[in-house]
Amino acid sequence: MKPAAFTYHRAYDVNDTIAQLAELGQDAKILAGGQSLVAMMNFRLARPSALVDITRIAGLDYLERDAQGLRVGALTRHRTVETAKIDGFGVLSKAARWIGHYPIRCRGTFGGSIAHGDSTAEWCVLAVLLEARIVLQGPRGRREVPATEFFQGFFMTAAQPDEMIVEVRFPKPAPHAALTEYSQRQGDFAIVAASARLDLTEDEVLTSRVVLGGVGQQPVVVDADLAGQPANEETWRAAGEVAAAQVDPPSDGHGSSAYRKKLTAALVARALAEAAA
Amino acid sequence: MTAIGERLPRKEDSRLLRGLGRFCDDQDRAGQVWMRVVRSPIAHGRLVSVRKPGNAASGSVVTAEDLPPGVRIPVRLNVQGIDLTDHLQPVLAAGEVRYVGEPVAVVIADDPYEAEDIAERVEVEIDELPVTVDTAAGTLAAEFELGYGDVASAFAQAAHVVGIEFDIGRHSAVPLEPRALLADVDPATGALQIFGMTKVPVFNRDVLAGMLGIDEHLIHVHAMDTGGGFGVRGEFYPEDFLVGWLARKLRRPVKWVEDRAEHLVAVNHSRQQHHVISAAFDENGTLLGLKDDVLHDNGAYARTHGIIVPELTLAMLPGPYRVPAFHGRIRVMLTNKTPCGTYRAPGRFEGTSVREQLFDVAADRMGVDRVELRRRNLLTADELPHTRAMSTLGTDVVLDSGDYVGLLDKAVVEADRLGYQSQLESLRARGHTAGLGVAVFLEKSGLGPQETADVVVGTSGEVRVHSGGTSLGQGIETVLAQVTADALTVDPAVVTVVNGDTVLQPFGGGSWASRSTVVGGSAVHKAALAVRERAIQLAARMLEVSEDDLDVTAGAIGVKGAPGTSVSYAEVAKAARPGSPHLRDDEPAGLSARRRFEVEHMTYPYGVHFALVDVDTGTGHVKVLRYLVAYEVGRAINPTLVEGQLLGGVAQGVGGALLEEFRYDDAGQPQAVTFMDYRMPTAAELPHVDILVAQDAPAPGNPLGVKGAGEGGVTAAGASIAGAIRDALSLTGPVGRLPMTAERVRGLIEEGT
Repeated sequence: MKPAAFTYHRAYDVNDTIAQLAELGQDAKILAGGQSLVAMMNFRLARPSALVDITRIAGLDYLERDAQGLRVGALTRHRTVETAKIDGFGVLSKAARWIGHYPIRCRGTFGGSIAHGDSTAEWCVLAVLLEARIVLQGPRGRREVPATEFFQGFFMTAAQPDEMIVEVRFPKPAPHAALTEYSQRQGDFAIVAASARLDLTEDEVLTSRVVLGGVGQQPVVVDADLAGQPANEETWRAAGEVAAAQVDPPSDGHGSSAYRKKLTAALVARALAEAAA
Repeated sequence: MTAIGERLPRKEDSRLLRGLGRFCDDQDRAGQVWMRVVRSPIAHGRLVSVRKPGNAASGSVVTAEDLPPGVRIPVRLNVQGIDLTDHLQPVLAAGEVRYVGEPVAVVIADDPYEAEDIAERVEVEIDELPVTVDTAAGTLAAEFELGYGDVASAFAQAAHVVGIEFDIGRHSAVPLEPRALLADVDPATGALQIFGMTKVPVFNRDVLAGMLGIDEHLIHVHAMDTGGGFGVRGEFYPEDFLVGWLARKLRRPVKWVEDRAEHLVAVNHSRQQHHVISAAFDENGTLLGLKDDVLHDNGAYARTHGIIVPELTLAMLPGPYRVPAFHGRIRVMLTNKTPCGTYRAPGRFEGTSVREQLFDVAADRMGVDRVELRRRNLLTADELPHTRAMSTLGTDVVLDSGDYVGLLDKAVVEADRLGYQSQLESLRARGHTAGLGVAVFLEKSGLGPQETADVVVGTSGEVRVHSGGTSLGQGIETVLAQVTADALTVDPAVVTVVNGDTVLQPFGGGSWASRSTVVGGSAVHKAALAVRERAIQLAARMLEVSEDDLDVTAGAIGVKGAPGTSVSYAEVAKAARPGSPHLRDDEPAGLSARRRFEVEHMTYPYGVHFALVDVDTGTGHVKVLRYLVAYEVGRAINPTLVEGQLLGGVAQGVGGALLEEFRYDDAGQPQAVTFMDYRMPTAAELPHVDILVAQDAPAPGNPLGVKGAGEGGVTAAGASIAGAIRDALSLTGPVGRLPMTAERVRGLIEEGT
């Protein structure tokens, strides 16, 4: 459980990072907190030839609420999000509590988690739910990729090896949104994560969006429009059943496909109920 | 004044909490090399070749060909006269590999990173052979029966016969500190200093000496701190031979530190059994007979524990009950999985889970209350001692003392007082799927045949104890200091206990089987009393009075009824030095004694567990809300440490009941090789544990009256949690297996039975 040989480099600003990545080639990886990458290196599941440590870059740790929504700097720690009070984005702070354990939340970064692209990761699921845009910078300049297009498969994203994530933009507030998930132990990766966003009146759903983690290679958008339905437990329960019927989750040591479908039904209903509350 | 029974803070903690503990991986020696084990990636196959990488230094890769021919790890405990020679594990695989993780070669390098890099490039060519994962399809290594009475007629005349099948999952101990070994060698003599063999150091020393063909006095195993043992750590494994052998061959210190990924495939697994058990009752629910047919999965080889887990499973199965006739058969099967050994409460966790679940099913079926059925069938105090015509660990099964019914009643009252029943009712009233489980169990402890201790008083008055136990984190240093302080009437603060150093204590039996306080403590007690007698003898000469006129109080030996006329242990120790006028020609110098405590029978503690659980019917999640352990310990030398032992046991029991399992795929590939997949409970998964330590039934077989406390926290955790889940889901049949993972519970909710 010791990593294969690699070289270590430190970057002091974004341009420096881009330059170093270009020089070190495509086997180099960015180190942005290391809470997933370092463990994978110790198991030799990841073997980067070089690490470019960006955690000393100043000014990338921010949560900025503006008229357009929320901008999250790539180096914002999970713990910062957890403890922040962000008008209209309470779902982010609440969901942060599902991320690993306290030390992990103190070191792991928002951009790092998005770049890692784990389909059960809270930020990945919520980025898709809230239709965030991922801001990338590379030798060809800046570009924005919608989260719905960013996650492309099992730990695969739209980011090129020579690009770095600098920011994640959430376009509009989501006062009625929630994420819930299940694992047998607190802090483990979710077996299934379910998130929901609603617009609703007192008693009726206006729009809805449900996104799942742990049921496919990337976050999965459930095809269910609850518009016009009563905002009640029966609606949420039925939506859970609809979601479960749509997914074809993988089986692994943490849960069979059939169990993940049952979890999907239960968790979607709970996420919707919490979002509506 | 006595130090026994005091809640003394642990003497170990002042160093451990300040980071001043001395663990094996803290040790380094000039010129040392690092060993890395190359392990089989294949579950079963013919080992064709092991090729070292082109650029590796010569001699840096060692295979079976380089070792003395045919070296295998011997069984430590031979029982039931069964010969396991054909099934012993070789130090390095030769010809065939039989499980993923089996050592096939070792790499030597100057640092651990380099060793791991080279190990990764060693090419192991294996022709794959058919893999056996299913226990029933394995190779039969041993089969035996234990029992007594006429079981056939018991079942023939029964009014009720209730049977269940039950599987216990493969899980094991995962101590905080993985294994670690350092062997230093004296180039002139070849003598070895070994660090990190912490459990049965004298036994391991002797095995290593035998395998190396040298006298045991050429090996000095040092006492070390250890981050937990629980049965698996400190047994003799292939690496224990390899470090010593390599150090002598290379004439350099050799260090090996197991990493967690290795640990999970290399260290003894445990527990995996399939039971077909049934009980015969008369029309009043009185037990007439019990029978169990067990398939035991021992993995690829027989290791140091041989077949003691299967033996204990059967021998302890009748538990604390009046079982007029019992028959158990067990078949020990070899499969292409990690070999097995003992894990805290070996055989008892398994047997208790199965028996108590059977009694729950039987109680429902006969329409008798679960607690009442148990109360009716428990042996009563006046039926003890109770002999069962079986042997285990080479001893006869004689349940020595106790009041099983009394403790059950106490536990019921305590659970009520703490509001278990009312909380259950209120949860159910609020629509929760909650349940309460109760399990009664018998433990065993204090295995002999002997333990030896030395007590030495220094000229400053400090007392040193050289015990044959080992410090695995259980607090044995504190306990033995209290025992010593009690006998000498000194403050425990002046007592220093050294455990597990084979030079200081060459006749130690080690710490396992809940034996240290019982057997080791009794030896220390005897040695300390001998020192006290010797001090009185010398003090009589110093004070020129008769020994009969002296007594010992608060660490001073003085004339009865004449305050001020006394000498201290320090003064006596000075008077015992060579050249002292008080020392006679034929007497050895020094104020010290070595004593041996021998015992033929074990002492049997017992207990009751209650578990209150809440099941989430959507996810299948089982939350253990409350947990009560009531445990009879005979006499608690240090109640806080007894409680600590029980608490830790519950944590491991919750793991075995709900979370932990070493699963394999069809190709024999282990599926739980990280802490992501091998799910030990964390603080978040554990309830507050209520503990009731009873001291109502002192052990008659040792001078302290103590019964072992090491295992009773885990023994019935599987049973009580399984019972609670069954109660919550209102099942008519058994839950069927452990661990009851959320997925399995969710499945039961769907299917029901």
